[in-house]
Order: sequence, then structure tokens, then C-alpha cells
Amino acid sequence: MRQGGRVGLGLVLPLALAIGWEIAIDPGLVSGRLLPPPSRIGATLLDLAASGDLLMHVQATLIRVGLGFLWGAAVGILAGGLVATLPTLRWLLDPSLQALRAVPSLAWVPLFILWFGILETPKVLLIAVGVFFPVYVGVSGAIASVDRKLIEVGRIFRLSRFGLARRILLPAVLPATLVGLRTGLGLGFLFVVAAELMGASEGLGYLLVDGQQFGKPDQIVAAIFDFAAAGKLADLVLMTLTRPLTRWQDTERESL
Amino acid sequence: MVAATLQRHTDQARGASLHAEAVSHAFDIRGAPLPVLDQVSVTVAPGGFVALLGPSGCGKSTLLRLVAGLEPPDQGVITVGGQLVEGPDPSRLLVFQDPTLYPWRTVRGNVALGLEAQGVGRADRAARIDRALGLVGLSAFADAYPHQLSGGMAQRAALARALVNEPRLLLLDEPLGKLDALTRLAMQAEILRLWQEKRFTAVLVTHDVEEALILAERVIVLSDRPAAIRAELPVEAPYPRHRDDPDLVRLRRTILEILGQVT
Repeated sequence: MRQGGRVGLGLVLPLALAIGWEIAIDPGLVSGRLLPPPSRIGATLLDLAASGDLLMHVQATLIRVGLGFLWGAAVGILAGGLVATLPTLRWLLDPSLQALRAVPSLAWVPLFILWFGILETPKVLLIAVGVFFPVYVGVSGAIASVDRKLIEVGRIFRLSRFGLARRILLPAVLPATLVGLRTGLGLGFLFVVAAELMGASEGLGYLLVDGQQFGKPDQIVAAIFDFAAAGKLADLVLMTLTRPLTRWQDTERESL
Repeated sequence: MVAATLQRHTDQARGASLHAEAVSHAFDIRGAPLPVLDQVSVTVAPGGFVALLGPSGCGKSTLLRLVAGLEPPDQGVITVGGQLVEGPDPSRLLVFQDPTLYPWRTVRGNVALGLEAQGVGRADRAARIDRALGLVGLSAFADAYPHQLSGGMAQRAALARALVNEPRLLLLDEPLGKLDALTRLAMQAEILRLWQEKRFTAVLVTHDVEEALILAERVIVLSDRPAAIRAELPVEAPYPRHRDDPDLVRLRRTILEILGQVT
């Protein structure tokens, strides 16, 4: 099927559900109190956008995810790289990190609140923790599984240590690193909700809590919709920025 | 024939001699030494072509890794061109059974690696890469990525990546082992032509008796692990050789007897 046809087919189900719901509520067949019709959700979104609140909330959430992602990814890449290349450090750090990884990250919330209060620090930290692990595991695993022969060819040509790292190690681990970053970004959005649920006066997570406390389901669904859009957009930006780094993989996929 | 041999021995501009003296080596398997080479001595004259033949897993590839300088031998001395082998060097290049090309580099980029490492200038580099690719018949695929190549073409690219550095000693570790029968025949002719043209010294590791006899001036038969030299047989038939040359057929039988495959 052509690309356009496939996209169209994917839209059939949500559109049919939305229209069906709208039609069912209109003559009073079902109550729209707990699940408002699409028209009301759209109107809520427009209201939020018009008052400037939407921009503020989206901005607050994106800044938190962005900061948390940068910290988590940077520390994850650094730790993954060091642990994979220095055996002593691996034996020292990896067991502890793997144990910490097994802790459900939400378990940190009470502790972070005790330590850092309820302002921005614990939120960004929680997101960073969520982003850190997939990046760390991705980078260290990718370095450990680089084909030994690829390194040996480099050694035969007498590449310097720096040359080996730049010309062989870096491109070899890039794809797995990007997968780790992408997973990390997804988790960042997961954790920003948890972070904003723990007390915030702005952000999409705040819209969720606010909607629940004041019985505004249309606002909740609108916030969910915004999460989907923001998450997808962030993923698209990451993919677009990193695509030139793995162009060779694109040609590989095309030839499949 | 005599004239040709003489000419080869006077034209020693490229080929380096190889001397391996009583080389023994063991792998460390969980603290227990597993001997793979036992007092192996091999001498190859500059520009010579020697094949190392033996059962798979006997340690012949290990010998090539030692000569390439990827590991130091436990015992014994290896010199190339009169110089002690103390580490890898672009003048002795190893071609693996797998092409081991870099998937993120085009064919051209793969061939460029050695020249980049040695700091060869861009213009000079391009000219040498074009020449090397022409030599192995891959000019049309210069900008292809490795995954777009067939097995034979990928191995040609690996050969070009070695040859572009003008090695004095080329170590071939079963380079045709994974190719289909027809491609293998074509690549044998190719390797022979490159050797005759470029006059590097060649050491080929193989477990294909026929391949050894078609290519090498001398065949060294190794025993099972730990590899020791069982026999050294000169192959005097002139190039290009024919598989059903009676001399080769006789040698083939002798070698198979040594390897215990014919009673």
C-alpha cells in the first residue's frame, strides 16, 4: 500500500471513535460528564491556548524534560564510556549502578522531596535519573560489543588511541547510543508526569492534577493530548538532529 | 622459468623477508595454558609466496597474528625484513576471513583508513585509493556501503584496503574461506595477479589443499594443535597453474596423506 494510504488507514480508528463519541453524546444517549466529547476537549485546548496558559504549561514541562534529559544523557554517556573502557571502574561501579537501576525510580520521589523540597531541583533530578539508566546501559553495552576485529584492523594501521576512539569506537557505538537516548527521552516524559504530580504550579502534569481535583475531565484529556504531541515532537527533533550521524544506516534500511 | 625466478629475486624493492624462529605460543583459557604453536620455524624469501596448510583450529591463524604483531609470541623470535616484530605495522598487513569492513564508511572510506592513519595528504590519498580500487576491479563501487556489496566484492575491498598501503608482507588468513566456489576461483586468480604485479611477500593460511597448490611456491603442512611443521613441499609448476597438472595432483595426494585423509 502507498504511504499515504497507510497513514490514512491508521487514522480511521481514532477518527471513527471520536466521531462516534460525539454523535452518541449529542442527543443525550450517554453522559459526557466523565469523558467529554472531542468538541469540548478541542474547545478547552483552544481556551488554554488563547489565554497563554497552554504555552506556559508546555514550556514548563519541556524545560524540565530538556534539563533532565541533558543531565541524564551526559552523565549516562560519560559513565557508560568510562565503565566500558576501564575494567577496574567497571568492577567498582557497575554492580552498584545495576542495583540502583532495579529500584523503581518513583521510589526516589519521597526522598528527593525530603532532600530538595518541591521546587525544580527534585523534578529535574528525577527525570535525569530516569534518562540516565537506558543511556548508561546502551553506551556501555555498545562499547563492550564492538567487533574486536574492527579494532584490530585499526591497530594494524597503527591508529593512535585517540584515532581508534574517534574513527572506530565512536561510529561503532553511535547507533546503540542513539537508541539509548531515544528510550531515555521517552522515559523523561514518563518521569516528568511523576515529577509534576509531586507538586507543581505549572506544567502539563499540573494540568492533570488540577483537572482531577476540580473535576475537569476535558482538561485532563487535553493535557494527555499535549503530552502525546510534545513527546512525539521531542522524539522527532532528536531523530532529525542525529540522522546525519547514522546516514549509512538509512541506506541500509532502504536496501532491505 | 629460470629467468623469471631470477628476476623475482633481483627485484626485491617491495617484498620483505620473513623469519620465524622456533615460535611457540599458548592461549590462556581460564588460567590453563592451551598450547597452539610448538616450535614453528618458517622462512620466506622476499617476494615469496608460502601457504600454511593444516586442519582447522590448529593454530595457523595464530601464527599470522603473531607475525602481524597483534600479540607477542610466548617463545621464539619473528623478524620481517630483518627487523624484530614488536607490534603492528602498516608494512605487514593482515587480511581476515571476514572482510571486517567498517559499515559506516563507504568502500572508498574503508580503503582510506590506513592512509589517514599515516597522515597521507588528501589529494595523494584520493589518487592512491582510485588506483587500489582499480586494481581489484571495484572502481564502480567506490561510494557503495559494505552492506551493498556481495561477499566477493567485500573481500576485494578488504584486499584494496591492504594493498593501498603498499605492504611489503601480506598475511592472508583464509581470505576466501567464506566465498562460494566460483567466486573463490576468480579471487585466487586475482590474488595471484596482484602478487605478481606488486611483488609483496605473501603468506596464505588455508585449509584448501588445492588453493595452496594453485597459489604458493611452497606449502608448509602443519599438524593438529599444537601446530608443528609436518612437511614443507616446494611447488615448482609454473604459473598460471592448472588444477589437473599431474605434478599438482601428485602433490595433492602427498599432502592429503600427510594430513591423514588418504590411506
